[in-house]
Amino acid sequence: MKNLLASTAVMLALALPGLAQDYSPDPNAKPGGTITITYKDDVATLDPAIGYDWQNWSMIKSLFDGLMDYVPGTTTLRPGLAESYEISGDGLVYTFHLRPGVKFHNGREMTAEDVKYSLDRVTNPATQSPGAGFFGSIAGFENAGDGGLSGVEVVDPATVKITLTRPDATFLHVMALNFSFVVPKEVVEAEGADFGKKPVGTGAFKLTEWTLGQRLVFEKNPDYWIAGVPYLDSFTVEVGQEPVVALLRLQNGEVDIPGDGIPPAKFTEVMGDPAQAARVVVGGQLHTGYVTMNVTTPPFDKLEVRKAVNMAINKERITQIINGRAVPATQPLPPSMPGYTEGYAGYPYDPEGAKALLAEAGLADGFETELYVMNTDPNPRIAQAIQQDLAAIGIKANLQNLAQANVIEAGGAGTAPMIWSGGMGWIADFPDPSNFYGPILGCAGAAEGGWNWAKFCDEALDAKAIEADSMFDPAKAEDRLKLWSDVYMGVMDKAPWVPVFNEERYTMKSERMGGEDALYVDPVSIPVNYDYVWVKQ
Amino acid sequence: MAAYLIRRLVQAVLILLGVSFITFFLLYVLPADPVRQIAGRSATAQTVENIREQLGLDRPFVVQYARYLGALVQGDMGRSYLQKTEVAELILSRLPATLLLMVAAIFCELVLGLTMGIVAALWRGRAVDQTLMITSFVTVSAPQFVVSLLLLYVFAVKLGWFPIGGYGTFAHLVLPAVTLGILGSGWYSRMMRSSMIDVLRADYIRTARAKGLTRVRIVLRHALPNAILPIIAMIGIDIGVFMGGIVVVESVFGWPGIGQLAWQAIQRVDIPIIMGVTLVSACAIVLGNLLADLIAPFIDPRIRLR
Repeated sequence: MKNLLASTAVMLALALPGLAQDYSPDPNAKPGGTITITYKDDVATLDPAIGYDWQNWSMIKSLFDGLMDYVPGTTTLRPGLAESYEISGDGLVYTFHLRPGVKFHNGREMTAEDVKYSLDRVTNPATQSPGAGFFGSIAGFENAGDGGLSGVEVVDPATVKITLTRPDATFLHVMALNFSFVVPKEVVEAEGADFGKKPVGTGAFKLTEWTLGQRLVFEKNPDYWIAGVPYLDSFTVEVGQEPVVALLRLQNGEVDIPGDGIPPAKFTEVMGDPAQAARVVVGGQLHTGYVTMNVTTPPFDKLEVRKAVNMAINKERITQIINGRAVPATQPLPPSMPGYTEGYAGYPYDPEGAKALLAEAGLADGFETELYVMNTDPNPRIAQAIQQDLAAIGIKANLQNLAQANVIEAGGAGTAPMIWSGGMGWIADFPDPSNFYGPILGCAGAAEGGWNWAKFCDEALDAKAIEADSMFDPAKAEDRLKLWSDVYMGVMDKAPWVPVFNEERYTMKSERMGGEDALYVDPVSIPVNYDYVWVKQ
Repeated sequence: MAAYLIRRLVQAVLILLGVSFITFFLLYVLPADPVRQIAGRSATAQTVENIREQLGLDRPFVVQYARYLGALVQGDMGRSYLQKTEVAELILSRLPATLLLMVAAIFCELVLGLTMGIVAALWRGRAVDQTLMITSFVTVSAPQFVVSLLLLYVFAVKLGWFPIGGYGTFAHLVLPAVTLGILGSGWYSRMMRSSMIDVLRADYIRTARAKGLTRVRIVLRHALPNAILPIIAMIGIDIGVFMGGIVVVESVFGWPGIGQLAWQAIQRVDIPIIMGVTLVSACAIVLGNLLADLIAPFIDPRIRLR
């Protein structure tokens, strides 16, 4: 009986559509107009099951929707295509009630069958989705294939029931991830592998032109299910543009947002000019740049050595190398991430103390090692700074400047003693502390080929992480964050990483762009939340 | 002539086969795993293995290469690992821009390079010769990025004569073509100068002069056709270079050429695209050289193709 009462309480709490925390639109926002965004690289694909780079991430968000969504400019969850949902008392069954009357761009109404099809598709190995792993807690994931997921059931055209194999506090975030976005079966099957070039979703914009290597044009979906959204009539993404040139075009009034940001060579000039600096929006980013030390190879198997390295690196100086566009990091989680441990100062910068620790480890004369780094600016310069700091305590680190793919390979294979993560660093997939653990610090990621390049595996911490992620009850959210904070403090005690800095986001916009600043540094939509920004004239 | 052509085409096929084998082999032994790029950072070991199997990357090298060649013979260059688009479609979509820039750039190189070379040869050893040769040295050594940005800044941003990058109209073509023309003109001017100096020493030039022909007529009618042969061969090589892509100039001017495609593919270990672009540019080099050899007898009848 006690159980039943408790479960009813949970269900009631969550059955509310949660509109209390919703977005209040800008009263000055005007509909109409079109904007231009530039990128250096071509857009790879707009298939939500496949697209996984920061460039196409927010475009996909504007073309498609998931059951869950975020309040624009924040990390707060809100219902998306699901009008409401319930969670069973044991946290294993999620029932989503779909919003009625939502239509795909082809005019057909979206139903529960589409939700099931989309989840079956993303987890089917034949789709080769880089995001399949996020759905690991859904029942039947292990046998996912052409038969679909046994854990996803269509109750009626407006209701989907998803059964999990273990309680998963991050599940609602997973339902807001691009990979879970709903696609129409008939279009996916008709287009096959070309769906990523001819996407059809329920989103605020539809794709009307894609000229390979040149431009993509997105036009407003007049039937979008949120009244009054989007504000823009259209937006154009021009690709193949050097960031320096994009900035010149912005100054000339031809570009509204340079997608690749302010190029390092121009940063001081932009920030030194009040007119230009006024158009720059600064915000936190769910990112940490770190140095990994392979704990399975000597001498990094010694805790003293890892602590010494932590104390040898001058993080302040490194942030200066990137024009101060970052804050020194003290722990794996970035400050804007829930679960961040406030007041923890991390290892101090103390070369003398570091030398003493090395002596304690029997390495008073230092040692020679290798530091792997991705070969694009500013990473080699950062690696050189780290190299100098290490030399000051007697560690001779030889730099291995390699292409991204080669560094990832060496990290996965465990052949790299140290890696500077720049250019490959962890940016959260969703705003939850668990997302910074499993693949990069947990035992699962330490396997051959995994992203845990320190090969760090602490079973007690793993158990704590699992415990935290099973606390799905929102009433225990604070306890859960405390537990996560403990996990990361546990990681810092073992020092497999040197957390170096948390990058800040600097987005530049043209004068005519409107909307509150938060939309330009939206934590989940980079560079901007296209659905909510607007133009002044 | 027909027999020569057939022999050269057979040679071309063998060269392309060699290029494809070497490239495929290098990509195979490269210490970077394309499957990890596809699978993403949250993938389980099982997912990684599934993808490897689907793409046939778990098979031995010989099997993989044979499969690639088999598909290629049927005109199938495969699909990009990450974009999932047909490689042929990706390359074809960038071919018009690449060809247009190539033709315009070679035109600029020739106009600048040949003029400089001829003038330098005619006034050999004088101040004008020295100035031109120093200029050619500078243009050959100038970094593409600097020259591109400089021209863009002056003529597009400051003077506003041309658009700041992009593709579509004649105005868009001018700056990238002129940039490449300036950068490449040094090679042509030096080669033209030395070739011209050789020819101007020849007996038939002295005869022409003795006949009382004007200097312009001597240069254009008698010297130029004989001096231009090495230039033709150089254009053949240039075609290949341009088809391989000019990454820097393309990205500064936002020109949607093949170079950008290749650069992105290399960053992401997208093997089908790397193979496709390499083969297309190898093809262009082979055909460019063949074309240069075929044109030679029309310019200099002493040359016989055997």
